[in-house]
Amino acid sequence: MSGHSTYQPTHPALQWLEKRLPIGGLIHSSFIAYPTPRNLNYWWTFGGILSFMLGVQIITGIILAMHYTPHVDLAFKSVETIMRDVNFGWLLRYLHANGAAMFFLAVYIHMFRGMYYGSYKEPREVLWILGVILYLLMMATGFMGYVLVWGQMSFWAATVITNLFSAIPVVGDTIVTWLWGGYAVGNPTLNRFYSLHYLLPFVIAGVVVLHVWALHVVGQNNPTGVEPKSDKDTVPFTPYATVKDAFLIVCFCLVYAWFVFYIPNYLGHPDNYIPANPAVTPAEIVPEWYYLPFYAILRSIPNKLLGVIALFSSIGILAFLPWLDTSKVRSARYRPLYRQFFWLFVIAAVGLGWLGSKPPEGIYVILARVFTAYYFGFFLIVLPLLGIFEKPKPLPNSISESVLGAKA
Amino acid sequence: MTTVSSAEHSRRDFLYIATGAVGAVGAAAVLVPLIAQMNPDASTIAAGAPVEIDLAPIADGQIVKVFWRSKPIFIFHRTKKEIEEAQNVNVASLPDPEPDSERVKKGHEQWLVLIGICTHLGCIPLAHQGEFGGWFCPCHGSQYDTAGRIRKGPAPKNLFLPPYTFVSDTKIRIG
Repeated sequence: MSGHSTYQPTHPALQWLEKRLPIGGLIHSSFIAYPTPRNLNYWWTFGGILSFMLGVQIITGIILAMHYTPHVDLAFKSVETIMRDVNFGWLLRYLHANGAAMFFLAVYIHMFRGMYYGSYKEPREVLWILGVILYLLMMATGFMGYVLVWGQMSFWAATVITNLFSAIPVVGDTIVTWLWGGYAVGNPTLNRFYSLHYLLPFVIAGVVVLHVWALHVVGQNNPTGVEPKSDKDTVPFTPYATVKDAFLIVCFCLVYAWFVFYIPNYLGHPDNYIPANPAVTPAEIVPEWYYLPFYAILRSIPNKLLGVIALFSSIGILAFLPWLDTSKVRSARYRPLYRQFFWLFVIAAVGLGWLGSKPPEGIYVILARVFTAYYFGFFLIVLPLLGIFEKPKPLPNSISESVLGAKA
Repeated sequence: MTTVSSAEHSRRDFLYIATGAVGAVGAAAVLVPLIAQMNPDASTIAAGAPVEIDLAPIADGQIVKVFWRSKPIFIFHRTKKEIEEAQNVNVASLPDPEPDSERVKKGHEQWLVLIGICTHLGCIPLAHQGEFGGWFCPCHGSQYDTAGRIRKGPAPKNLFLPPYTFVSDTKIRIG
């Protein structure tokens, strides 16, 4: 979809710059003149929202780093100093902590959009895989950020997650000692998590550039799954998509602001307001809500190594989605069977999230195993078979036809 | 693009301008906490509260250094000779003219309280050194007299006075 740049600056200074570094033309062709399918709905605004949230997290994070001390004896106190003494420190801390939650909310919506409309299908496989990489980077960054607070949950979550690697046969314990930098989670661990937590968001930003590049090369998907066939099917990105994105960002910020100003600790665990105590494990160790589905999957497998494998596979399997789904039809709008399995998948994912917050006993274990089975069955059995057995609805001839009717 | 009447044009213009104005106010409001957070925080301001110094242990001719708001403060218990030297100088000939009486509190002329930072580039001058009985700054050679006034060297101003008061004859509060 990227054609010859139509950017013709009128101001002589801009012409001078364009000949030497064509950044004006790049911005123009990528975000102003860029042909965007005219039928995109609001589910397509979450990419813009995610970019916005990445900016928010980086800015609030860099500012918090001006006041935080990454030492086991001082970290918790420095966070409390931020909350109590630093001008607007309470606001910056709540923005950053709740910003992470909103970041994950947006990414899950973004991913579910991709799954529903088949945005991972040919020719967008690399785009999807870059997205999976971004998701993994986000999870690592979020985990390390939570450890920095050095509360009880921070310390014990660090212990549990790093201990996962001890399940690896032969080299597991060596790897865990290497991760810790000691015989247990301690100051070396905290320091390196701080360094990496500062680094990874910029790695994320770099992969986002690749993600948008991969997107612009093949063009956006759209709710019909039918590629644009003519200029009538698209509109310029600015003002149409720009304003739509801006509007949804504002609405998203309203939800964000609701958490930050009215219920800033609702999504957190009160035990993280207790300074880390290596001698006392809290009654329940629970990760933040955005990790709960995978936590539930981990706990539903009774074997340590297989549980860890299931945990990592449940994320890794996403990368294979373009090849597991054999259907030639992209959008779930025209796939009535797939749609039903998709919504069951959503229920399973959300259900696993809820079950991850419950103690691993009784009915919760049974349900978690059922949902885990469905989770993997969806990817490994349902998707490959649906492509063969499903009878899709007839596709529209073009985007403009689906929007404007046959008279287009 | 179909043509529109000018009445619809002005409504759209109004909406654009109104949205832009609210957006600009919002953007400015966002910047306020991001910039204000770098100002000294409450604990730093609390640590900068006034300090009380007991003058009784300071002997005749002794210069003591304390800290207030992270700045070194010289407290000089001047001898009669040092006070006379400071008072008898021709004020007009000084690089930064200032009589000794303006640098001490009335009735407490033997006490000289100064911020111990060279007014040139910020080093801490060394006490009881230099030709003028006061301080010598080793960084670029500025010399101060027994009233802390610059006499020789690149420093442009006399050593500054911190805000201070006498709580009693043997106690001062700095700040």
